[in-house]
Amino acid sequence: MSEAAALVVLTACLVAAVARPRWAPDWAVAAGGAVLLVVVGVISVKGAREALGQLGPTVGFLAALLILADGCRRAGMFDALGAWMALGSRGQPRRLLAMVFIVAAATTAVLSLDATVVLLTPIVFATAARLRTNARPHVYACTHLANSGSLLLPVSNLTNLLAFHASGLSFARFGGLMVLPWLVALAIEWLVLSRAFSSDLRRPATPRSGPTLEAPAVPRFALGVVGLTLVGFALSSLIGIAPVWIAAAGALAMVVRERPDPRDVVRAAEPTFLVFVLGLGIIVRAASDHGLSTAVDALLPHGTALPALLLVAVISAAVANLLNNLPATLVILPVAAASGPGAVLAMLVGVNVGPNLTYVGSLATLLWRRIVHAHDHETDMGEFTRLGLLTVPAALVACTVALWLALQVI
Amino acid sequence: MRAVVWISEDTWEACVDEARQLLPEDADVTLLHVAPTDVEELASHPGARLLGRHPPPPPGPPLRAIADEEAQALLESAQSRFARPAHTVARRGRVEREVVQACAGADLLVLARDGELRLGPKSLGPRTRFALDHAPCQVLLVWPEAPPRIETIPPPPRPKRH
Repeated sequence: MSEAAALVVLTACLVAAVARPRWAPDWAVAAGGAVLLVVVGVISVKGAREALGQLGPTVGFLAALLILADGCRRAGMFDALGAWMALGSRGQPRRLLAMVFIVAAATTAVLSLDATVVLLTPIVFATAARLRTNARPHVYACTHLANSGSLLLPVSNLTNLLAFHASGLSFARFGGLMVLPWLVALAIEWLVLSRAFSSDLRRPATPRSGPTLEAPAVPRFALGVVGLTLVGFALSSLIGIAPVWIAAAGALAMVVRERPDPRDVVRAAEPTFLVFVLGLGIIVRAASDHGLSTAVDALLPHGTALPALLLVAVISAAVANLLNNLPATLVILPVAAASGPGAVLAMLVGVNVGPNLTYVGSLATLLWRRIVHAHDHETDMGEFTRLGLLTVPAALVACTVALWLALQVI
Repeated sequence: MRAVVWISEDTWEACVDEARQLLPEDADVTLLHVAPTDVEELASHPGARLLGRHPPPPPGPPLRAIADEEAQALLESAQSRFARPAHTVARRGRVEREVVQACAGADLLVLARDGELRLGPKSLGPRTRFALDHAPCQVLLVWPEAPPRIETIPPPPRPKRH
C-alpha cells in the first residue's frame, strides 16, 4: 500500500513537471506530495528530515551557482563571450564552431548546464545571425555540450552536485577522474557535429558592413570571482571548507559588487525549482524505502569492473531518457553509491550524456509535447534525434572506458 | 516571367549575380529569405528542456526580433546587389517547405548548390535537395563558386566481367 502511494505521488510529481499545468505547478505538487507522504506515514518525519538534510547543502550549492551565473550575465560576461567568439571566428563558420565549443564547454563546466542553456545559447544564436552565417550548427553545439560537456566538475550539472555529495570524493579528485571522459565527450561531439554540418560550415560568412566588430570590454571582476571560486573549489578539501561555502562566497561577491534588485537575485536562484528538488527528493526517498530501491538494486550491476561500469552508464542513460535525468539520478544514486565512486561517476556519464538522445530531455516530455502540439512545425525532432543517435551511444561507451582508465591510474 | 530567388546566408551573392545576368529585364523577380524557426525554438525555449526549471527570460531583444532584423538586412543587401527592381519576401518556418510554398505560381526558382565541394549527390544540402525536388516550377541551379571544368568528369565505369 505504502509502495503504491509513493509511486503514485512520484508519478504525479513527474507528470506535473512535464505537463506544467497552470493549476498545479510542479513545485507545489512536489512539496504537497512530500508533505502528504509524511502525513499518511509512508515516510517518517525522521526519514524526511534525513532526506532534507542530505539534499539541503546540494540545493544551497545550486542556488549559489545560479546567482553566480546570473551575476556574470549582469556583468556582461555572456555578451563579451559573444563578441569574443565573433571576433575569433574571423568570419569562418568552422572557426566560429570551434569557439562555440570552447565557450560552451567552459561555461557548462564552470557555471553549470543551466547557464549554457539559458544564458549562452541565445547569445550564440544572435552572434551567428549577426555574422550572417547559418546558426544551426552553433545552436546544436550549445545544446549538445550543455549535456555532454557537463561531466567535468561537481558544479557542472545538478546531477553531479547530487552525486558529489553522495560519492564522498573531494572536488579536485572528482574533476581529476572526470577530465578524460569530459575531453572524450567533447572530441566525439566535435567529430560528429562538424561532419554533420560540414556543408553549413564551408563558406565564409558575409557580415553586413555596418557597425564594425569591436573588441569587447572584459568583465574583469566577474572573471576574477569565477576564477577565485574555481581555485577555492580545487583547494576546498585541503583547507577544510565545504565547496558550498566557496560557491556562496562567489555569489555574495557578485551581489555585493553589482547591488541588483534583491527580487532579481531571488528570481535568479529559481526558488520554485529548489522547492521542487527538495520535494522530489523526499518523494523518491519514500519510494526507494518501499521497494523502488530493491528494484533498482536488482537491475544495476555491482562492482567497478569495466563491464559493470558500462552497464551502469547505459541503464542510467536509458532511465534518464525515459523520465528525465534529475529523477533518474535521485533513483539510481543510492544504489550506485553502494558500489563506490566509480559506479557513481559511471551513472553520471549515463544521465549527463544520455539526454542528448531526445530533443526535450526525456521520452515522457517528448510524448507530452507530441500530444499537446500535434501539429508542431517549429521543431525538427528528426534532425536532433539523428545527431543524438550518432553521438550518444559512442560517447556513453568511450567516456565510460575513459573513466575506467582514469580510475586505474588515479 | 515570375522568378523567385532564394536568398540564404551562405550562397545569396551567387544567386543574385546569376539572376541579374540570366533573367530577362522584364522578369518579375522576388528575393526570398526564410528564417528557420526550429533553430530559433531550440535556442529560445530552454525551460522546456530543463525539468522543473522556469528560468526568467534573459534580457535583450527576443531572438525572433534579431532574426527578423538580420533577415531584413540581408534582403536589403541582396536587393542593392541585384540593382534591378525586385520584391522582397521574408518568411519564417521550415526552410525547405517555405521555399516550395513561395514558388506557387512562379515560373522559375533560382537556388544554389550549398553542399560539399566534392562533385556528387552531397554537393546539395538536404534543404536545397528538398526544394529542388518539390519546386512546382523550373529551377536554375547556380554554382556559388566557378562551375567545374569539363575535365572533372570521371572516367566511365569499367565494363563488368562476366
